[in-house]
Amino acid sequence: MEFFVAQILTGLANASSLFLVACGLSLIFGVTRIVNFAHGSLYMLGAYIGYSLMQVLPGGVGFWGSIILAGVAVGIIGVLIEMLVLRPVYRAPELFQLVATFGVILVIQDLTLIIWGPEDLLGPRAPGLRGVFRIMGEPIPKYDIVLLVITPFVALGLWYLITQTRLGVLVRAATQDREMVGALGVNQVWLFTGVFALGSALAGLGGALQLPKGGADLLMDFNILAPVFVVVVIGGMGSLPGAYLAAIIISVLNVFGVTYLPQSTLVLMFIVMIVVLMIRPYGLFGREEVAGEHGQVGEPEDPIKPASSRARLIIALGIAALAFLPLYGSSFSQVLATDVMIFCLFAASLHFLLGLGGLVSFGHAAYYGGGAYVAALLVTHLNSSMEIAFMLAPIGAGLAALAIGWVCLRLTGVYFAMLTLAFAQLLWSLVFQWGDVTGGDDGLVNIWPSDWLNETTVYFYFTMLFAIGGILVLRHIAHSPFGYALRAARDSKRQAETMGIDTHKVQLLAFGFAGLMGGLAGALFVFSKGSVFPNELEIARSFDALIVVFLGGVKTLAGGVVGAGFFKGIEETLTRFEYWRLVMGLLIIGVVILAPNGIVGSLRKFVRRLRGVSEGEGA
Amino acid sequence: MKRSTFLRGLAVTAALGMLPMAGFAQDTIKVGEINHYKRLAAFAGPYKQGIELALEEINAAGGVLGKPLEFIFRDDQGEPGEAIKIAEELMSREGTVMLTGSILSNVGLAISSFAGEKGYVYLASEPLADSLVWAAGNKYTFRLRSSTHMQASMLAEAAAESGANTFATIAPNYAYGKDAVAAFKAALLKLKPDAEFVAEQWPAVFKIDAGAEVQALERAKPDAIYNVTFGPDLAKFVREGGDRGLFEGRKVFGLLSGEPEYIDPLGDEAPEGWTVTGYPWYDLKDGPGGDFVAAYQARYDDYPRLGSMVGYMTAQTIAAALTKAGSTETEAIRMAFEGLNVDTPVGPIVFREADNQSTMGAYVGTTALRDGGGVMVDWAYKNGGDYLPTPEEVKALRPAE
Repeated sequence: MEFFVAQILTGLANASSLFLVACGLSLIFGVTRIVNFAHGSLYMLGAYIGYSLMQVLPGGVGFWGSIILAGVAVGIIGVLIEMLVLRPVYRAPELFQLVATFGVILVIQDLTLIIWGPEDLLGPRAPGLRGVFRIMGEPIPKYDIVLLVITPFVALGLWYLITQTRLGVLVRAATQDREMVGALGVNQVWLFTGVFALGSALAGLGGALQLPKGGADLLMDFNILAPVFVVVVIGGMGSLPGAYLAAIIISVLNVFGVTYLPQSTLVLMFIVMIVVLMIRPYGLFGREEVAGEHGQVGEPEDPIKPASSRARLIIALGIAALAFLPLYGSSFSQVLATDVMIFCLFAASLHFLLGLGGLVSFGHAAYYGGGAYVAALLVTHLNSSMEIAFMLAPIGAGLAALAIGWVCLRLTGVYFAMLTLAFAQLLWSLVFQWGDVTGGDDGLVNIWPSDWLNETTVYFYFTMLFAIGGILVLRHIAHSPFGYALRAARDSKRQAETMGIDTHKVQLLAFGFAGLMGGLAGALFVFSKGSVFPNELEIARSFDALIVVFLGGVKTLAGGVVGAGFFKGIEETLTRFEYWRLVMGLLIIGVVILAPNGIVGSLRKFVRRLRGVSEGEGA
Repeated sequence: MKRSTFLRGLAVTAALGMLPMAGFAQDTIKVGEINHYKRLAAFAGPYKQGIELALEEINAAGGVLGKPLEFIFRDDQGEPGEAIKIAEELMSREGTVMLTGSILSNVGLAISSFAGEKGYVYLASEPLADSLVWAAGNKYTFRLRSSTHMQASMLAEAAAESGANTFATIAPNYAYGKDAVAAFKAALLKLKPDAEFVAEQWPAVFKIDAGAEVQALERAKPDAIYNVTFGPDLAKFVREGGDRGLFEGRKVFGLLSGEPEYIDPLGDEAPEGWTVTGYPWYDLKDGPGGDFVAAYQARYDDYPRLGSMVGYMTAQTIAAALTKAGSTETEAIRMAFEGLNVDTPVGPIVFREADNQSTMGAYVGTTALRDGGGVMVDWAYKNGGDYLPTPEEVKALRPAE
């Protein structure tokens, strides 16, 4: 009994930071509809700034003052981010802002490294709160109790702000219907800025408050991101009580998981999320989404059409130039080209889902890495030949995608995206944990192609055949009746169904097919590298693809491939520099602001303007 | 206008990217060094400084084979796939004669597999995974640093003599943590068959829920605790454990916990009385170890971390191998590595012919507080060769060639 109480108290104390960060994220999402991936970075900044302030401000007043000041400072940083980065792109297509926030992550990572250096900082202790209270004989750190007490007060304060003040009325109104609030004469711009500042300040506060329990390090930004998103999704995006409840559920369950199922630490919260979303598709306190809520819908997409004969000629020339690469390029240039082509196929497979299907998957790495692992497992455990493993890999990935898609397609929008992410994480932890079969994070090595393929040049042609072939197939399907049905389901589910299209089936098939193509890319990858590790299933890998698809242009057929080629090339150049993440981040933000329709989309628009074709709306 | 500045920026970036290709006219012997300079900056930085110190000394003494020795440092972002691409670039375009580097085991394993397939020599400097030289070993891969198995066995030896009977373990939930626990268990049960393991805790790496883990360990009431957590996890574990009295009256054995990389960030909250492996540079005054510390401090105005010494030894080892080979041909270098003797700050080490593992050992001691920071006292250097399986046992562990 005593032990239970102690555990629950520990869980509640852990919930504190999690709640602060999560409610900030939820608030921002509720009003601005921005999925702010940089929220973890704001939390990290809170910790670092708090740490620095505590070094100069003495005593108990200094300590608590530092925490508050850290919150304020991060709030101001939030304002800067909102005004400089996000404000120019509110009019961009759905979820495009997400890419901008990813650029912010990279910038903050490098700036933090430059300012505070690489070594972990141990958080200062709260003055007078070292040691433990004995509660029913169990030792509970004093600071835990303080956290326990603070959190409900913060929650109460927020509740008052949201329910009892004019600002709160506006925030709630905007969460329900932004356009209406704008129509009623409320200055949305400053409302957004204000909410972003408040959300950021809460994240900073969370970062500074956890200092006495840990410290500040450069990995905190990504480490908090997954749990925070899980909390926000379980609670229902935009709901503060939901975030509070979910933070407590996750934290307390985690404490019990640690005790009774010590191996569960990797998966527990994702399983909870999947279960909750199965029962309540919009989280505990969330509500159904209205289409087009995530930023403006943007201009209607141009109907896709087959490439013009001139475009075909250019592409054919490009492919020919690539095909002759071994004649004029070094062996390394072929390796590089192989890498880029594999990544292009991976991005194109996601683009198929995202652009044509309108299905935003945050977990596409599951099929890429999944395909790689299917091949590697077959070679390692069944000693199967490379050719058979290579053929079965995409099939395995496609089947996995069908199964996962079948579950996820019950949801829509951000919830759908988060569920795909949860499944990708589940797969990742399975591979990570099941060391006897998958090698855990030591991976599977010595997965090399058959002798006839092992030459760099031969494998280059092999990759070219499948990668370019795959991309052409994806493109071909976009123009097929299936492609039309898929776009119909995306643009108007109801009308499509009226016309006799089984939208669920079409979307499921598209999901499976995109998974299959992702798996093909994965199979090409594993045999080109000779080894595979859980990195290929990570969230970061999913985001790699997501970002290039957005930057290339969601609403253009070539967007995925162009974005992938462009950014892989830039990355190849930039990573040679010390602070390349800073440059890369700024570059991403720059592209987002200058080319809100993606590279291809904005180029096309530019060309059209040169030709003087009217655009309907004008830009 | 904005667009043109953007384009110009792009052009400049592209032009800068060409720069590394410009300067290969100098006649040096090049070695490719692949590491996670960004992702693990706190570890890779001192390591690189160690290499550069050794290179300055080697080249001041005339280089190797009559030419200056040069390292080409490349960042792989901690991604195995990226590391392999860089390895290919280094070997086929930059003209390096062999590869070295990596701290993370998975990256080390990826480079090793690639090196074995393509026939490049790879000296794994820091990765600790046992499989690197055993289950996944190949004849082109050599490892410098004492492996998980070796260091865990040293602690198991101390644990067997400590009088503790029941043990609890806490290790990050990934391959290194699992290897470290398995090796410790096996070695301890061999020395003390009645030892009992009463709890195993597996926090996710860098995501420890320290309060909960401490409560779970406390509940098992072990005589001793074996800790494998490190970095920010260690800081949280030590703090919660100290607050909640977990370490009172218990023996604690901490793998790597005495390395400056891990114990220094803890400051005056560093645990006292733990038996740990680490690097007591502050007590090294004489002999090759002391000379290295003095040279390092003179050169950098900073103290060496364990990584600094490993970096220094990496460059020393490669210089020795090239000198012994008398050539920069891969096969000659590979042959030179077999049974290679190197004089290093920890004394002479040998690369065993049986498994390509060096006999570099580790310092084992007890932690204490001195001048507001954690240090190791009563330490002794344990020779790594004494904690390795015999060549016959190793043969069964390695794949047939």
